[in-house]
Amino acid sequence: MNSQSEVMSLRLYIAAGTPNSILAVSNLQAIVDEHLVGRHNLEVIDVLKEPSRAIADGILVTPMLVKLFPPPKVTIIGNLGDKVKVLCALDLGSALK
Amino acid sequence: MIQKGQVEGIAKVPTDIPGFDEITNGGLPKGRTTLILGGAGSGKTVFALQTLVNGARDFGKPGIFVAFEENSRQIIANASTFGWDLEALEKEKLFFLDARMSPDLVMSGGFDLKGMLASIKAKADEIGATRIVFDSIDVLLTLLNDPVAERQELYRIHDWFSQTGLTGIMTFRTGSDENSSERYGFMQFMADCVIALYHRMVDRISLREIRVIKYRGSSFSENEFPMVIGHHGIEIANIGLSEPEYEVFTDRVSTGVERLDSMLSGGYLRGSSILVTGAPGTAKSSLAGAFIEAACKRGERALYVSFDESANEIIRNMTSINIQLEPYIKSGVLRMYSARTEARSAEEHLMNIRRLIAEHKPRCVVIDPLSAMVKAGGHITALGAAERLIHLAKSKGITLLCTSLLEIRGSLTTEATEIRISTIADTWINLSYVPQGGERNRALTIVKSRGTRHSNQVRELILSNEGITLADVYTAGGEVLMGTLRFEREDADKQAEDREQLEAESKKIELELGEAEINAKIQALKKQLEANRAEMERLSREDETRRTGGVRKLADLQRLRRAD
Repeated sequence: MNSQSEVMSLRLYIAAGTPNSILAVSNLQAIVDEHLVGRHNLEVIDVLKEPSRAIADGILVTPMLVKLFPPPKVTIIGNLGDKVKVLCALDLGSALK
Repeated sequence: MIQKGQVEGIAKVPTDIPGFDEITNGGLPKGRTTLILGGAGSGKTVFALQTLVNGARDFGKPGIFVAFEENSRQIIANASTFGWDLEALEKEKLFFLDARMSPDLVMSGGFDLKGMLASIKAKADEIGATRIVFDSIDVLLTLLNDPVAERQELYRIHDWFSQTGLTGIMTFRTGSDENSSERYGFMQFMADCVIALYHRMVDRISLREIRVIKYRGSSFSENEFPMVIGHHGIEIANIGLSEPEYEVFTDRVSTGVERLDSMLSGGYLRGSSILVTGAPGTAKSSLAGAFIEAACKRGERALYVSFDESANEIIRNMTSINIQLEPYIKSGVLRMYSARTEARSAEEHLMNIRRLIAEHKPRCVVIDPLSAMVKAGGHITALGAAERLIHLAKSKGITLLCTSLLEIRGSLTTEATEIRISTIADTWINLSYVPQGGERNRALTIVKSRGTRHSNQVRELILSNEGITLADVYTAGGEVLMGTLRFEREDADKQAEDREQLEAESKKIELELGEAEINAKIQALKKQLEANRAEMERLSREDETRRTGGVRKLADLQRLRRAD
């Protein structure tokens, strides 16, 4: 399957230091370590450091994870605590089996 | 009511929303949080946006509008109906941020607004914004699905406003849902200023009201005020807070009816308000028309507002009594405006009239009939609107003539209670029907006229092809007659008078004849006297002659006889 071979491009917007953002970073790290080793491309943006970029990208709440590639574009908000939901949204549902 | 003279502890940001800054003694609290509560369609977004737009346009203060519910494009499009040119303002002074969450969005765990606030602060610094609106923030917070987290985020926003010194406006939807009011009740404690907007239906007419629930550190008017969302946005009616102070005039404007002018010692006082009351068909509109035509003839701009009757109908009807309005409409001096009573609340009608006055700048205005406006939507509001209309006219030096329908209830005192406006009006003219001798005739009475010596007599009002005229009613021997009866009585009087005059003349001739006769007799007697005198003289002369003749005869005789 495409999703298995292609490199997934992810972007995580956080507000560094807030509990939800800290959680999101670690939750996402766990997911990519488990399911996307070697085939992902993750960029973490601290909105507190790059506020103008957040506005330009239409980011309002943090943390927010955006899957830029492969299409379709997916946006997940929250600390990514619900792992099953995140995997399904990233089209990694088959890995659950 | 308003508490004046209190120390104003906090700086305020004027909203420039008509009427609002007076209620709050200056506007919204600067650098603090204002909460706007209201149900769906109560005007929360308009209020927040108007504050932002006014700030940008009138005070050059840039602002940021964060839209959580509606698309910002939609908001801009909606605002253009108020004539706010957001497109132009958006380029330099206003920034719209679409914060509507996509329906495809996946939720996974908690989030917070710290990042958003940081981004907005950066944007505010960039454009120099001092006013921030969070429109329908409840929509976003509901996503948290956790009352404690929601509360935390609201406190975060509140603290952020105080720390950054930005003036914040948050709109919040309040529903009939008990749960939601409990859930967000704390917000009213948190915010520094809480404004509630209401939208109610009274008599099937929509009525809007605004109330300031709290204002930390400031005095404010606690009442509910009528509010309208009109052509230029929100307007709040707040008459009654300030003392009325008007420019007064002493010159008079013609009523358009010559004899009425003289009854009112020259006409209506300029800048005064006139109420013309009467049953249907008593020529209230005709009197209003005459007043307007007279104004136009003087070259004064005039406005004629009618309810439930089209301008064309009025013009046609006026023509039948020789009141020509059409030329003045064409020349632009006169503006006719007709409205449907039921379509709007009295407050909205008032706002339309205010707009027309601002646009047309008339010196004379007719509202025909005011009672139609008063009828619309809630008696208390409507009366308030009527009072404010009079104040509006006075503040602009406009001579205002309002007609009002009165049910026939007999005496004027019961009529007076029907419509409170009669106490505020400066001049009150009542028109009534007098049914008598099989016909109805119109009677005109000046009930009152402040500052004017006016006639206390009832006049008969007559409409004809030539126009409106007033006639003295026939009052004699306790009788008041009008119309045909008056005519007949006047005619009978005339005939009687004629007869008397004729009789007097013939008597005079008779007397003259008598005099002539006497004179003739005098002449005859004089002649007789003369004749008598002549006779007397002749006789005395004869006597003399006889005597002297006797002496001469004797002498002659003696001479003849040569006597010695």
